[in-house]
Amino acid sequence: MMKVVRGFYAVAYSVKLCRPDVICAYPITPQSEIVENIAQMYANGELGNCEYITAESEFGAASILVGASATGARTYTATCSQGLILMSEVLWNAAGMRLPIVLTIANRSLSAPLSIWNDHQDSMAMRDAGIIQMYVENNQEVHDMMPQAFKIAENHKVMLPMMVCMDGYKLTHAYEPVDLLNQEMVDEFLPPYDPPVKMTTKDPYTFGSYATPASYMEFRAAVYNAMERSKKIIEDVYKEWAEVSGRNWGGHIVAENCEDADVCVMAMGSLVGLVREVVKELRGEGKKVGFIKIRTFRPFPAEEIAKAVDNCQKIIVFERSLSMGSDAPVTLDVKSAIHKKAIDVYSPVVGLGGRDVPHKLVKSTIEEVIENKAKPGTYFKGLKDYEEVIV
Amino acid sequence: MKLFGSGHGACPGCGLPIAVKSVLEGTGPCFVANATGCLEIISSQYGKSAWGVPYIHSVFENSAAVAAGIEAALKALGRKDEGPVVVFAGDGATADIGIGCLSGMFDRGHDILYVCLDNEAYQNTGNQQSGLTPPGSNTTTTPSGKVLPGKIKPKKDMVSIALAHKAVYVATASVAYPRDITRKAKRALEFEGPKYLQIHSVCVTGWGVDGKQAIPVAKLAVETALYPLVEYENGQLVRVKKIKDRKPVEEYLKLQRRFRHLFKHPKGKEVIAELQKIADENAKKYGLDA
Repeated sequence: MMKVVRGFYAVAYSVKLCRPDVICAYPITPQSEIVENIAQMYANGELGNCEYITAESEFGAASILVGASATGARTYTATCSQGLILMSEVLWNAAGMRLPIVLTIANRSLSAPLSIWNDHQDSMAMRDAGIIQMYVENNQEVHDMMPQAFKIAENHKVMLPMMVCMDGYKLTHAYEPVDLLNQEMVDEFLPPYDPPVKMTTKDPYTFGSYATPASYMEFRAAVYNAMERSKKIIEDVYKEWAEVSGRNWGGHIVAENCEDADVCVMAMGSLVGLVREVVKELRGEGKKVGFIKIRTFRPFPAEEIAKAVDNCQKIIVFERSLSMGSDAPVTLDVKSAIHKKAIDVYSPVVGLGGRDVPHKLVKSTIEEVIENKAKPGTYFKGLKDYEEVIV
Repeated sequence: MKLFGSGHGACPGCGLPIAVKSVLEGTGPCFVANATGCLEIISSQYGKSAWGVPYIHSVFENSAAVAAGIEAALKALGRKDEGPVVVFAGDGATADIGIGCLSGMFDRGHDILYVCLDNEAYQNTGNQQSGLTPPGSNTTTTPSGKVLPGKIKPKKDMVSIALAHKAVYVATASVAYPRDITRKAKRALEFEGPKYLQIHSVCVTGWGVDGKQAIPVAKLAVETALYPLVEYENGQLVRVKKIKDRKPVEEYLKLQRRFRHLFKHPKGKEVIAELQKIADENAKKYGLDA
């Protein structure tokens, strides 16, 4: 059923159809209306036997989901920014304990300075936690992703938390037409959660043992291996979704016009739509430019990217975050993926803290690279002329 | 299978296994959420778990929230009949770093028995002071020196904090009286909602007492009124352990290395007098003198 809804609702409605057992959250801008919508569904008795808990903090919310997930419940939360990094201790723990908690991240910047607006610094700070990360470009994609996220995370070969990242404000608050899923279809696609082990007095297990140097490494290697294994599972689920829903969002990446491109341009999240448009325009102007949408960020689709950029000389990665003291996070992985190829990588950092990324900025940034007017490496675009005061 | 079996690595004389076994005797098969700390380290090493009940340890400060999640899941999945949910957390995990999660658990009214194992400092890591360390205690982060006589402030009043949250059952107990612990755990489970049981538990290494002296020392804490054993139901004080011939606090202090400096430190007398005042006030507040 096609309906014009806001991003919050696209998420909340999809989560409801996934029949979670325990939802726990703490409100934070711009995630709040996701959990407010869910709270309203709970208040209306639309969530079946689901327990919806408003926690005392994001830290508490993640912790509650650890207990619930270990007891065999399908678990969900949404957060972002300060809330996500407040959860981080628990989320690292959840990944290590192999608890498939699903999160929606309404991507927002990190303090200081305080900013409620969008970039990807929050989810990037969780890069190494053992959490699967994927980024959506619009509200139909996030709506479609929620059942897929549970199916991926809860696969016995995976058993890891998963974050579905949507840009705060740009998507959460946007009205867009969304073809809303129906219960029968989601029920058929997503079976009930059936954990390999769970906390039960009928067969008591110990969860969260501590490990001496004699066993710690094997546990961490197992998380690493699960993340590697998830590459195939994610691809399978993406494909299955395309079949059952009729909407094919692509694989880990979506490469367009890269075969003959001299310059391949990459983006992630809501910037995808604009960058894709600009690349098309440049193509129309006869420029040999290709476009790559990165969907899965963890596990990183290194092989797919290496293959897609095989014929190009230059890569542009539009970055929405930073790694202080090094290249920005996506760039680091892209460079690692192409380390055997002689390709220059340009990493314009744009739109931090919600700074607007206008069409002409994207276009001129790409043109500068095509025309050899930019230097490879990390640089800021859309920065004002200002004087940095060192006192 | 025992609910808390042999194979744990506690020091001889440690109060924790007594406290845990006594609680589990009262609760029967249950779900345990445990905070990082002594108990977790002595009982949950990979491949050597001492637990015969479903047990989870997540991180240091979140066991109240983890337990809340277990309880919510059991409700959602229609499995509440499998057993009650019990937290075991140390005094630091309870009164300091985990008090936010504990407050949330109380506030939301989860049906959980929260057991604080109070050995009066971060003993797992070598006797650093916590919010439940008593005044005068010589810890590694509040050492006695030429100027300072050890820990300065009194113990955080967790019983009042639990009562202020309208916890349905709030009690204190001591490893010197294991049957009392069992009775209280059992009684607690007759109430639906959040329950708080704080058990005074001897740490032989941190307190500096001989293993054989552990129980006599624990008993003296009660007999001096420094550790009053009290029981509240729905906010009302219903029972206390009365004391015949209440002993002066020095008798308790002198048996422990952590208080030894008080008998020669320039401010020692002052601190001992403060501790005696705390004991006297406890006796008065709870009507402990038989």
